[in-house]
Amino acid sequence: MEVLFCISSLVAILSTVMVITRLNPVHALLYLVVSFMSVAMIFLSLGAPFMAVLEVIVYAGAIIVLFIFVTMMLNLGKETAEQERNWLKPRVWVGPSILAAVLLAEMIILLTKGQPGSMQVTVVDPKKVALSLYGEYIIALELVGFLMIAGIVGAAHIGKHRKRSFHRFLEDEAETEQQLKADYHDVHTG
Amino acid sequence: MSIQVNAVLIVAAILFVLGFIGVLTRKNILFMLISVEIMLNAAGLAFVAASAKWQQADGQVMFLFILAMAAAEVSVGLALVLQVYHQYKTLDIEKLNALKDE
Amino acid sequence: MNNLLAYIPAFPLLGFLVLSIAGRKMSKNLVALTGVGSICISAIISLVIAAGFISSPPTEGFISTSVWHWFTLSDFIVNIGLRADALSVIFIFIITFVGALIHIYSAEFMRHDEDYARFFASMNLFVCSMLLLVLADNLVLLYLGWEGVGLCSYLLIGFWFKEPTNNHAANKAFLITRIGDTAMLIGLFLIFHNLRTLNIQEILLLAPQKFSTGSSEITLIALLLLAGGMGKSAQVPLQTWLPDAMAGPSPVSALIHAATMVTAGVYLVARMNAVFILSPLAMSIVSVVGAVTLLLAGCSAMVQSDIKRILAYSTISQIGYMFLALGVGAWTAAIFHFFTHAFFKALLFLAAGVIIESLHHEHNIFRMGGLKKSMPVVFVTFLAGAAALAALPLVTAGFFSKDPILWYAFSSEKGNAWLWMTALLGAFLTAFYTTRLMIVVFWGEAKTAIGHHPGKAMIIPLIILAILSVTAGFVEWPHNMIHLTLFSDLLHQQLPEVALKPDLPAESLFQLIAALTTFAGIVLGYMLYYRKTYLATSWLQSPSVAGVHNLFKSGWGFDHFYRAVFVQPFLFITRINRTDFFDRIYDGIASLNIQLNRFLSLSQNGSLRWYVVGVLAGALFIITLQLLL
Repeated sequence: MEVLFCISSLVAILSTVMVITRLNPVHALLYLVVSFMSVAMIFLSLGAPFMAVLEVIVYAGAIIVLFIFVTMMLNLGKETAEQERNWLKPRVWVGPSILAAVLLAEMIILLTKGQPGSMQVTVVDPKKVALSLYGEYIIALELVGFLMIAGIVGAAHIGKHRKRSFHRFLEDEAETEQQLKADYHDVHTG
Repeated sequence: MSIQVNAVLIVAAILFVLGFIGVLTRKNILFMLISVEIMLNAAGLAFVAASAKWQQADGQVMFLFILAMAAAEVSVGLALVLQVYHQYKTLDIEKLNALKDE
Repeated sequence: MNNLLAYIPAFPLLGFLVLSIAGRKMSKNLVALTGVGSICISAIISLVIAAGFISSPPTEGFISTSVWHWFTLSDFIVNIGLRADALSVIFIFIITFVGALIHIYSAEFMRHDEDYARFFASMNLFVCSMLLLVLADNLVLLYLGWEGVGLCSYLLIGFWFKEPTNNHAANKAFLITRIGDTAMLIGLFLIFHNLRTLNIQEILLLAPQKFSTGSSEITLIALLLLAGGMGKSAQVPLQTWLPDAMAGPSPVSALIHAATMVTAGVYLVARMNAVFILSPLAMSIVSVVGAVTLLLAGCSAMVQSDIKRILAYSTISQIGYMFLALGVGAWTAAIFHFFTHAFFKALLFLAAGVIIESLHHEHNIFRMGGLKKSMPVVFVTFLAGAAALAALPLVTAGFFSKDPILWYAFSSEKGNAWLWMTALLGAFLTAFYTTRLMIVVFWGEAKTAIGHHPGKAMIIPLIILAILSVTAGFVEWPHNMIHLTLFSDLLHQQLPEVALKPDLPAESLFQLIAALTTFAGIVLGYMLYYRKTYLATSWLQSPSVAGVHNLFKSGWGFDHFYRAVFVQPFLFITRINRTDFFDRIYDGIASLNIQLNRFLSLSQNGSLRWYVVGVLAGALFIITLQLLL
């Protein structure tokens, strides 16, 4: 089991590094898929199969797909890569890396202060999870239902397009400007 | 040998910090959202590790909630990204500084 | 008769209250009726009391009543007590009678003003305060009246307050008289400290016992009281407010600054005669002040071109005569001069008001002219008043009052030849400037056309005052003429007799010299302003004369001097004090806050990534703290 754990964690860390350093958004998203898959493997090695499956389905299957949809809609391709090349000079990484390294060091110190505890890896099967979820945490579950509705309604409203009355070839600049102003106003008052 | 719980937590910490570096460094809103997802995922990993240590399902339930929340947040956040792109024609976060104190 | 006494100041007070509360809602006729009627009732009552005094004088020489108890401080009791003896009776007669005539005049004069009620309210309050002043039996009540007349003078000078210069003039009058008032208050404190009482009769009795003649304390007290009188009566060096006070309406100038308020100083000195007699130094200072003032003011009156300023300087000069008479011990002569001066000076001011109104608010005499034909009644009355002012022998009241002053300035024990010659020179100047005024205003060609003629309410008081200016002098003849001394007989109980030097030349010689001086002044004025006017103008062209001319015209430079010595340093101090130490502290606190705000707002730059860095920094800080502790 440890071997599985070690390899999975290495893969996860490496792919995460690749995610944050890619220029092309699609490349980054693909590496993100790999990262999530390896984290799912870590879950498996820890005895949480249900969570591993959920990770793959929801995270890698839904959320990253959403990202890819948006990338597709906004047509982020070559120009974005160029932009990112301009923005991501090596010296940009210095400051954040130092700060984050300090944070990491402190977290590791805190984590290693306590006694080293090894653990027996037993599988916590889905039945236990379900009993806990629908037993103790029933209220939180219902609240998460609310959260979902809020997310749906919010996303539907915010992302709404105003219907254009003219075909875009027939508009001139001033009209576009006006529409945008109206959109802007609607978004902020709606 | 069994897995050290500290090791798992250290892995989670490394992933979290990597996501944080991504948030600080990237200017594109999309990449910042991606980095936030990485951070959320790392936090969830820490919860599942805790659940495995104590042999209880609570951590996994917590991870479920985190997952649901991440999904909702991503959908709303991406809708906002779409609107930002339509208004400002760019995804540079430095251009969104209208709340600056004059 | 004792009971009537309280009604004399009560009616004007009632008029003031009614007009100030409800005046704006009353019709103009009702306002005039209230304002004038209250004074007329007081005038009738005071006439009754005066007639009673003359026909059957009260046994102790006074009537008194105590209206109510004001306050007590351990053993010091102050009442609102009124006491009328012969001196007070003369004053209340003048105040109410001349006051009533002036009120009737101003009922028409101020008719078209929208603040009609406010005018009469202030005038009524003034008359009430002045009556309290002269009827008071203790110095505290006198001081109340003193302050009251100062207040009303301020209100009435600045009556047309929308014009800023009027407000400046009112402020100036109030501030300068305030200086005198403060000195007088200190004098009151000293009197109380030494004598433990402020009742006038008790002071007059105790002072000779407590103080030795010529001691420093009594001299100090007398000088302080004199300073109060100098402020109110516009004597040197506190005289600069009176010419500027002509910014008020003409009836105000007539009542306050000719007949009554400016004579409050004369009343004070005459009333406290025992205190002054105890200090020969103070008496000589009184006479010197009077002499200097009458000369200075006479010179200034010669060169003014505003008709009211000429009359203002003339008032200062004539009150100088009264002070001169008081200083040499001729108490009755000073009061008699006050008596006649009230008539002809009020007449002159009222007539000047008529002229100014008819000529569309023209004040400059050189733009008047030829009014002899167009306003004959005004001409005749003005002639009567001017003749009295110049002290034309035998036919005017002014002669009968000014002549004794000239005589006593020489012949009294405290008088000397210098005072007499100064007074004589003053008489010459008076005749000169009066003639100048008459000729320039009434003769010659008319430079401004008449607007409208005055109505009856304005003419009749002029006629009455003109008659009095001619005939009022006949109650007191000089000793070498007919032996008729009604006036001094009335006063002999209150005021001491004047002590004469031994071995004097004949009085008639002095009268002759005085008459000749008057004629000389008239002739000079006639020559310079009627016949050979080119002489006057060419004279004024030459630089030395022009310098003297400017000096006289600006009132001998007192205004400039006061501005340089008192006003400018004070303004300088207030300017540098504006940002003083304590202000700096409070300003510093405020500006520190602003700086802090500016500094902190730099951190809110709208960039999301900087905010995240802030979160990270905060988390690091807390975790490090956790680790270290």
